[in-house]
Amino acid sequence: MPPVNSIVCVKPVPDPRRWSELALDPLTKTLRREGIPIVLNPLDKHALEEALRIKERFGGRVTAISMAPLTASESLREAIAIGADDAVLISDKSFAGADTLATSYVLAAAIKKLGKFDLIFCGNQSLDGGTGQVVPEIAEFLGVPHVTYARKIALLDGGIARVERAVEHGYMLIEARMPLVLSVVKEINVPRHVSLMRISEAMQAEVRVWTSRDLDVDGSRIGLFGSPTQVADLFLPVIKRRGEMLSGTPDTVSKLLIERLHELGVL
Amino acid sequence: MLRKSVREFAEAEIKPKVQNMDETGKVPMDILEKMAKLGFMGVMVPREYGGLGMGHIARSIMLEEIGRVSAAMANTLQIIHLGISPIVTDGTEEQKKKWLPLLARGEKLSTFALTEPTGGSDVMGIQTTAKLQGDEYVISGRKCFITNSHLAGVLGIVAKTGEGTKGLTAFVVQSDFPGFRPGREENKFGLRGCNTGELVLESCRVPKENVIGKEGDGLRIALSAISNVGRPGITCAALGIVRSCLEEAVRYSKQRVLYGKPISELQGVQWNLTDIYMDYEASRLLTYYSAWLRDKGERCDAENAMAKFWAAEAAVRCAKKTIDVFGAYGCMRELAPQRLLRDAELLIAGAGTSDIMRLVMARKALTLA
Repeated sequence: MPPVNSIVCVKPVPDPRRWSELALDPLTKTLRREGIPIVLNPLDKHALEEALRIKERFGGRVTAISMAPLTASESLREAIAIGADDAVLISDKSFAGADTLATSYVLAAAIKKLGKFDLIFCGNQSLDGGTGQVVPEIAEFLGVPHVTYARKIALLDGGIARVERAVEHGYMLIEARMPLVLSVVKEINVPRHVSLMRISEAMQAEVRVWTSRDLDVDGSRIGLFGSPTQVADLFLPVIKRRGEMLSGTPDTVSKLLIERLHELGVL
Repeated sequence: MLRKSVREFAEAEIKPKVQNMDETGKVPMDILEKMAKLGFMGVMVPREYGGLGMGHIARSIMLEEIGRVSAAMANTLQIIHLGISPIVTDGTEEQKKKWLPLLARGEKLSTFALTEPTGGSDVMGIQTTAKLQGDEYVISGRKCFITNSHLAGVLGIVAKTGEGTKGLTAFVVQSDFPGFRPGREENKFGLRGCNTGELVLESCRVPKENVIGKEGDGLRIALSAISNVGRPGITCAALGIVRSCLEEAVRYSKQRVLYGKPISELQGVQWNLTDIYMDYEASRLLTYYSAWLRDKGERCDAENAMAKFWAAEAAVRCAKKTIDVFGAYGCMRELAPQRLLRDAELLIAGAGTSDIMRLVMARKALTLA
């Protein structure tokens, strides 16, 4: 197996431990995240870990990229500390307000600029947006196959990846030819702890920044203007729990229970 | 990034074992191995000898985060740094090449042994002797209350080679030297899972080239290592406890409902929370201020002592207040507050009691007018 070059897309998200402080902005229909520390999207760490394991086995390079505000350079530095060889931050005011389509358009343009790659790794979805749309969209823009929900990856001769794709109660076994976009679920691996050696290297590492001028992109397809998605409403779901006691013999209780479940539309 | 990474490590690897460490008193060697792989032992060792050369502030961040989860683990680690430091500051080139890479990788653990049954802070009172015979020193005596006594493979040991302030000498002793053995292992009520015990030296033969610095430098080397590494290490463990108290007390008070509302809304409880909060910030400032002075290479014995005094006393005070917030739950073995109090008490004794810290501070205070 020749060396495998991977690109890992990472996203900085608000620290889940501080989510109680998040608020919804009813006007812009976005999350108010000021003052909440930013962490790497947890699933992206699994994606990075998988890329690193493949690199350790077959050789190659791992490059982390992110489209985010300039403050995200710290998250990319963290990706370097975890093990990425280098990192590129794609940041420009004109990218702001992008939906998943405009985001994946820009990410795909950046990936094209990075050149030849074998695998692109992503977390299956982000903790904050949670759409899971960017991964397939990147693959479409690049014209390469993609597999989502990857829980196990084996690389075979002839540039084939054999992927276990998690589905309810089991998995699908998919073989796909590289280059390939993969998004992973947390069962795929346990991310490593960051060593002090890597931290001290990452402190000095350079995080490259690319703006819209560095990429071959159509100005009408980026940022808010390039985003067809319109958020109709944003609200916190109200979850009401209710307890109901059924009494009687086991037989009557189970009959009552079945009836109630039918009434509620559960069965 | 350093703080975040160490916190993630401590929560994932140490936290699940804290209860077991407290119950059994056993040192989790697997955690030490993982720490070694991540470079925790070599944080202060210069890069040219296989370490990270990251300095005192970085070390403090790391120890605070470990202490926040387990003061016992923070103390084990900080004493490893203490044992390494005399070789870094005063070792010969050969000594550095021989031991530092090994110690930085954590292949051998370390400690520094000064205290004897006669006392620790009364340095001149030590009775372990080292006599030169040919190319070797023959060391005889007992050391007590030595952290990592039963784990360390490369130890710094201070012994008498003469009289007066120039009568002490520091040596590197390997645990496989004939005549060296760990003695009794202590059963402490706090910092359980951190090993403390005796060292016995019975005509232990130590090559002449294992003298750290020169013969007669022992007092300076010992006091400097303890003031600049050992004492700040305890300070950081204490700071970690105070941080833990803050988080435990705030979290519990917001969950615990009494009189129809969380007790965090009761002013009487808030006073406890704010007292802990103040103690945390004050301890933190003193801890990192003194670390900053050390990184600048300034002499700061009084500041080190002040930070140690404040943080260790604060840890005891805050643990008590945390128990107060928890009520009876705070006394339960399954919950953290009682352990925090037991751990905090041990930190008062380590690296000089609060009274000794006052003595150190007084030396500087008396020069201020």
